[in-house]
Amino acid sequence: MLTIRRLLPAGLTACLALIALPVLGEEAPSPDDPKFAAASEDGGRYFTADDIPTFNVAEDGTVDWRTFSGFRRYHAECHVCHGPDGEGSTYAPALKKSAVTMDYYDFYGVVAEGRQKVNASENSVMPSFGTNPNVMCYLDDIYVYLKARGLGVIERGRPAKKEAKSDAIQADEDACMG
Amino acid sequence: MKKSLLMSAAFFVGASGMAAANSDLQALIDDPTQWAIQTGDYANTRYSELDQINKDNVGKLQVAWTFSTGVLRGHEGSPLVIGDVMYVHTPFPNIVYALDLSDNGKIIWKYEPKQDPNVIPVMCCDTVNRGVAYADGKIFLHQADTTIVALDAKTGEVVWTAVNGDPAIGETNTATVLPVKDKVIVGISGGEFGVRGHTTAYDMKTGEQVWRAYSMGPDSDTLMDPENTTHLGEPVGADSGTNTWEGDQWKIGGGSTWGWYSYDAELDLFYYGTGNPSTWNPAQRPGDNRWSMTIMARNPDTGMAKWLYQMTPHDEWDYDGVNEMILTDQEVDGQMRKLLTHPDRNGLSYTLDRETGELLVAEKYDPAVNWTTGVDMDPASETYGRPAVVAEYSTEQNGEDVNSTGICPAALGTKDQQPSAYSPKTGLFYIPTNHVCMDYEPFRVSYTAGQPYVGATLAMYPAPGSHGGMGNFIAWDNIEGKIKWSIPEQFSVWSGALATAGDVVFYGTLEGYLKAIDAATGDELYSFKTPSGIIGNVMTYEHGGKQYVGILSGIGGWAGIGLAAGLTDPNAGLGAVGGYAALSDYTALGGQLTVFKLPD
Repeated sequence: MLTIRRLLPAGLTACLALIALPVLGEEAPSPDDPKFAAASEDGGRYFTADDIPTFNVAEDGTVDWRTFSGFRRYHAECHVCHGPDGEGSTYAPALKKSAVTMDYYDFYGVVAEGRQKVNASENSVMPSFGTNPNVMCYLDDIYVYLKARGLGVIERGRPAKKEAKSDAIQADEDACMG
Repeated sequence: MKKSLLMSAAFFVGASGMAAANSDLQALIDDPTQWAIQTGDYANTRYSELDQINKDNVGKLQVAWTFSTGVLRGHEGSPLVIGDVMYVHTPFPNIVYALDLSDNGKIIWKYEPKQDPNVIPVMCCDTVNRGVAYADGKIFLHQADTTIVALDAKTGEVVWTAVNGDPAIGETNTATVLPVKDKVIVGISGGEFGVRGHTTAYDMKTGEQVWRAYSMGPDSDTLMDPENTTHLGEPVGADSGTNTWEGDQWKIGGGSTWGWYSYDAELDLFYYGTGNPSTWNPAQRPGDNRWSMTIMARNPDTGMAKWLYQMTPHDEWDYDGVNEMILTDQEVDGQMRKLLTHPDRNGLSYTLDRETGELLVAEKYDPAVNWTTGVDMDPASETYGRPAVVAEYSTEQNGEDVNSTGICPAALGTKDQQPSAYSPKTGLFYIPTNHVCMDYEPFRVSYTAGQPYVGATLAMYPAPGSHGGMGNFIAWDNIEGKIKWSIPEQFSVWSGALATAGDVVFYGTLEGYLKAIDAATGDELYSFKTPSGIIGNVMTYEHGGKQYVGILSGIGGWAGIGLAAGLTDPNAGLGAVGGYAALSDYTALGGQLTVFKLPD
């Protein structure tokens, strides 16, 4: 009798433990996931295995140039609706999450074309920035910065240490801004 | 013969000057049971003679009734009460309700404009609206899309419409309008979109445009007289609106006019301030950038400028000059003077002679203000009237692509549009303030019509070395230029204040509390948490012999953008996350009117 009683709780505990495991697919995203981690580098710009722009943060906290640049550009162009550090405002979503959960091309598309959610419960309109070089020429920077924030790889605030701006990045910028 | 003609000419001018601002509206303003204009009165004092609610009984205040506006987002401004009807407005889409106060707030009529939602993203700082105006049997609304509509106050039918601007080039509207004499005077928003600001007058009966005064440009645009328009007593000279700009930069010069307007019927002058020059990168617009950041005194019939004062020449911080211009008659050095008091975004509160534009006082109304050591008050000096800029906090001197740190106040200023109140009983101004500083890094940007034209990166945080909160509610002496007392608040105080003859002052907090304090001491007498953060203006009225206090709740505005997620201290080192309270921990979106009364 005693033995059975001990076994049951053990069995129950095992069952409870199984139930307590996170449901598959709902684990917090990890920066080391190949979806996000840098797999290659080209002129100071980092890319995932799928050639999607991404961040690179060294052990000592030094961020790649685009992540640093993204902080500046985000706070010049996006902050006014989306709040500081990609954290969201009373009406605009926290883009640090959007950059992680959205597909890169969808993210790009929303910024370029805009998006409207106008109905009885909300009046949210994301403008189209497609013709605005101040945004489009730095959109990869903004995306990479927000993704780093969303994955918890960098904290709020201005990144303290950054890689130098490479010639390749400067050339891209000059070509884009005109 | 000549003599008598001159005399009759003088009499005629005098008579028109003395004519009531608008006889129907002025009578309602003079009746303390009404709240007939957004600003309380033409002088913008936000003071009520009602004293049924007073400092001894306000502690017993209770909710009388409530009304949901049906719209979320930031609720600025306040309702109007005219007779038995209360007029309530909303943020975009700018619905107007007429509520019957003698029938439990039943909706008599509702006006719901159809506006293109594409105007929403061109509004820099949330889809707010500071309310409707009344005159001549009509309710006037200046919509987000810059359509001005005059509605029959009884039926809500549209009497006339006019289009004031073009959202395709970044022009929108968030302000109320000023009904004065036979005209309705309006402003425009869009300083962050390279819009060239303007103020325009429309005929009150027909909606025809009568005149338009631009904030910069040639004299024919700015409506200035080179000999007779003065700045600190000196004529401004020809084309003062272009000769402090390089090339054609003035055409996208900013100087928007989205703030509060006051009017003096005796002097026949109306007063307002202009906003920041565009861009936020000062290196792209060398020169003083007149007439951005300027207090303007103009004639309402012609729009001609009588006097000006530019507070922040060649702005480097986005300190829009649009805050309220409060008109009072007070004693200065033993003499009664006609004054204009203006607590500016830049952290200085100015007191001027509103007849001549003479500068009397310019003092900091938050000790944390550091970008200037003060204004040169010596009329003989070459830099008379100019603020002395501290090099360390000059974003221009530090340069493009350089992060200027620790500048106080932040771009949202020691006070943004949230209007102060004045009590003639205490002689004090009650000012809702922000206590926030910033890092500001300008950089080069290009202009595209209808797209933001900003050019600076901003990080904001509470004033360091202080009480740790982001706001103060202060009592200010505008003659001495001193803070009398200061109530610290966790968040910036973003509501308009109300002062009453009952010796009470009201204000609202971003967490949503409606507070009543003792007008003399600042002691808190009452506090009630409304459903959402408050960025509206407290008002009061009387109906059926009972006094009521009303306030809109609905978090948003610039506070809802910048403070929702909380601020961090960039100087606290790596890993100092979420250093200061997040507004989103206290409130969410809402849209409600709450009206308070004493128990029966």
